[in-house]
Amino acid sequence: MSPLKDPARTIQRKWAAAKESAIKAFFFVNGIAAVVVLLGIFGVLLYTSVPAFREIDLKEFLGNTVWDPTSPEKAEYGILSMLASTFLVTIGALAIAVPVGIGVAAYLSDVAHWRVREIVKPIVEILAGIPSVVVGFLGIVLFGPAIAKIFGIAHGLNALNGSVLLAIMSLPTIISISEDSLNAVPTAYAEASYGLGATRWQTLVRVKIPAALSGIIAAVMLGMGRAIGETMTVLMATGNARSFPTGIFESVRTMTANIAIELGEVPYHTTHYYALFAIGLVLFVITFLVNMAADIVLRKYQEREQ
Amino acid sequence: MKRKVFQFLGFMLLRTCLYIVLAVLLLFLYDIIRKGGGAISWEFLSQPPRRGMTEGGIFPAIFGTFLVTMITSVLAVPMGMFAAIYLNEYARQTRLTRLLRLAIRNLSGVPSIVYGLFGVILFVNIFAFGTSILSAGLTLGLLTLPWTITASEEALKTVPNSYREGALALGATKWQSIRTNVLPYALPGMLTGTVLGLARAAGETAPIMFTGAAFFLPILPKSLGDQFMALPYHLYIMATQHHNILKVRPLAYATALVLIVLVLGMNMTAVVIRYRLRRKRRMGS
Amino acid sequence: MSELLKIRTENLDFYYGAKQALKGVNLDCPEKRVTAIIGPSGCGKSTLIRTLNRMNDVIPGARAAGRVLIDGLDVLSPKMDVVELRRAVGMVFQKPNPFPKSIFDNIAYGLRINGLRDRQKLAEVVERSLRGAALWEEVKDRLRDNAFSLSGGQQQRLCIARALAVEPEVILFDEPCSAIDPIATAKIEELIFKLKETYTVVIVTHNMQQAARVSDFTAFMMLGEMVEYGRTDRIFTNPANKLTEDYITGRFG
Repeated sequence: MSPLKDPARTIQRKWAAAKESAIKAFFFVNGIAAVVVLLGIFGVLLYTSVPAFREIDLKEFLGNTVWDPTSPEKAEYGILSMLASTFLVTIGALAIAVPVGIGVAAYLSDVAHWRVREIVKPIVEILAGIPSVVVGFLGIVLFGPAIAKIFGIAHGLNALNGSVLLAIMSLPTIISISEDSLNAVPTAYAEASYGLGATRWQTLVRVKIPAALSGIIAAVMLGMGRAIGETMTVLMATGNARSFPTGIFESVRTMTANIAIELGEVPYHTTHYYALFAIGLVLFVITFLVNMAADIVLRKYQEREQ
Repeated sequence: MKRKVFQFLGFMLLRTCLYIVLAVLLLFLYDIIRKGGGAISWEFLSQPPRRGMTEGGIFPAIFGTFLVTMITSVLAVPMGMFAAIYLNEYARQTRLTRLLRLAIRNLSGVPSIVYGLFGVILFVNIFAFGTSILSAGLTLGLLTLPWTITASEEALKTVPNSYREGALALGATKWQSIRTNVLPYALPGMLTGTVLGLARAAGETAPIMFTGAAFFLPILPKSLGDQFMALPYHLYIMATQHHNILKVRPLAYATALVLIVLVLGMNMTAVVIRYRLRRKRRMGS
Repeated sequence: MSELLKIRTENLDFYYGAKQALKGVNLDCPEKRVTAIIGPSGCGKSTLIRTLNRMNDVIPGARAAGRVLIDGLDVLSPKMDVVELRRAVGMVFQKPNPFPKSIFDNIAYGLRINGLRDRQKLAEVVERSLRGAALWEEVKDRLRDNAFSLSGGQQQRLCIARALAVEPEVILFDEPCSAIDPIATAKIEELIFKLKETYTVVIVTHNMQQAARVSDFTAFMMLGEMVEYGRTDRIFTNPANKLTEDYITGRFG
């Protein structure tokens, strides 16, 4: 009799089918873990920040430049200086990392011999693997003193130092994603350009890079997100002064550094404590938005290539 | 002719960018090796610290980093693999799946200090694990999760679809086809990717600063509920908070060197393993 | 007709998302005969054959309507156990797709996933399947070698042996010779001729001469519709439909 009709197998099959469903459900639960964690982080931050805003006015929180929660007269909770510091250091980092990163990506994608690529790519990976605390350490012992000597200032723990270090940390991200984008440009575009008599450089600058622009922008945004969220490097290398930054040679304190400095000593369940979580919430929202934007840019880019 | 000159200059410019990056990396490594190598000795690696960390070794920090990374891997590695299996083998192209992938990408962009904040509330307080190896390890585990998921998924994607289809056409169930015809070939890649994620976790400071890491604990932790020393945190304190920063500077360098060797060592081990396993698969089986 | 029907489709429609790939297809495949499906590329013949063992289920957005009866049972019904169906209806793919395992393990695969572990029994079935695929003499001394060490034609016969090992009743061939050389093709055609003594064979091919050589019944499809169907010798000598005639005489490809 046809195996399809054999009744003895029906029970066996039903049991096997139930097992398959259970297995699929198991994997599904693991699959949604990421969403659960993300929501959990947001939820916890929100929940622990809310008590802060019973005491602190939101406008004052976001707009005031003075952060002095332990002051005996009036406790101040303005994060504007920290926001500005984060912004300053990040922009500075991008100013360095974007041209250099795109340059390296363009070189690897277009000019370099494949043997060079084989050597450089692992090296970039190594750069990516250096822990942030080590980078911060080098900011203290190497780059800071170098900056001090070059520019004739007392010490090098300032925004510039932070920017240089953050640039180093963002470079691998920018390089690898930009390089992927450049490689993904259809060879047909390049061939058409050569066919019209353009040099390789002209093709690179006028055809390839514009074609890969969305991917490169996404790479930059992801690098930016990394720079914004970096903690140890800025904590160790930027001096951590609370004032509003007015120049790159000033000591600054980013939002991430501030949390790291104060969380260890703040008494539990005080407004100060909640306020630190509120800063964390601000950080979370900013990096979330930057990553979303990068995502949208990348998706539009992929759709266009379809 | 002018165009050729432009091209030459242009490519020179690009090459310069590359040299800058290479020079920076070399400078890093040179500085650390030169100034840290001197303080490295067997005593340094195997002894606990003494005299307020101005003498002695960093063995407890090495041990602590090892322990906390173990906990991290217990959380992040299996879960990452299972989530990747769901995403690549079972999930359909629905809105929920897109949302899942979005969540994973966003998780990898969350600042490490925010993970620390989360860990303080969830593991230290709510789960009442206190500041401990367990809390710190789990916090790091969450940080590593997006990486293990992504790496595992990449590995699964490299398995040709014909393996899956061929198995299904012979009457294998979905799980059978995954178990026998996908996982064995994806596993080397999955493991490599997760080891790389763990290497990153081993070097993180912010998530463990407030969930369990401590500076001077001459006695080794006896249980997962104890606080612990860790290499990255140790380096941080030695470089910024120590009462005699300049005196311990060489020890800080040495700690940095040990940390880098550990992290890069893990990276290279992962790559070598993947290379070896790939070769074995192609030859035999 | 007087032949016993193994497979019959009734008004089969098939959609990939919004695009309709099969329109009201009625196909009969008599038992222990070879039925060929021919037609220009894009006519839906691959879609049709993959519906018979529901391999299209793995494609997201794919949907079938109508009935596909095998031994009188509608295999499209949600009550049909797809795993069981695929054991009874085997498939050989266009591009040979041996698993990256040894020759022995490739063929034993279908048996092992059904729980057969006895080494002796496995060895017997492997030998029988390899003989059935006319490959035994060529590989009997190197069963432990990796399947990729075989030539393209041998790999395809290996895939046939692999399908035979689970003792199906129907074997589906989806353009089995399009990726292999003419000498190997001839061997496989010879094999198909022998297989029909035991199995019902359905073969999709873009090679008309092959269809004429190998099959008992032929179905001609175009743009998702079944244009004509009948005994092979009649179709090729006296086609009833003008489109069929045009295709067969090569007026369009």
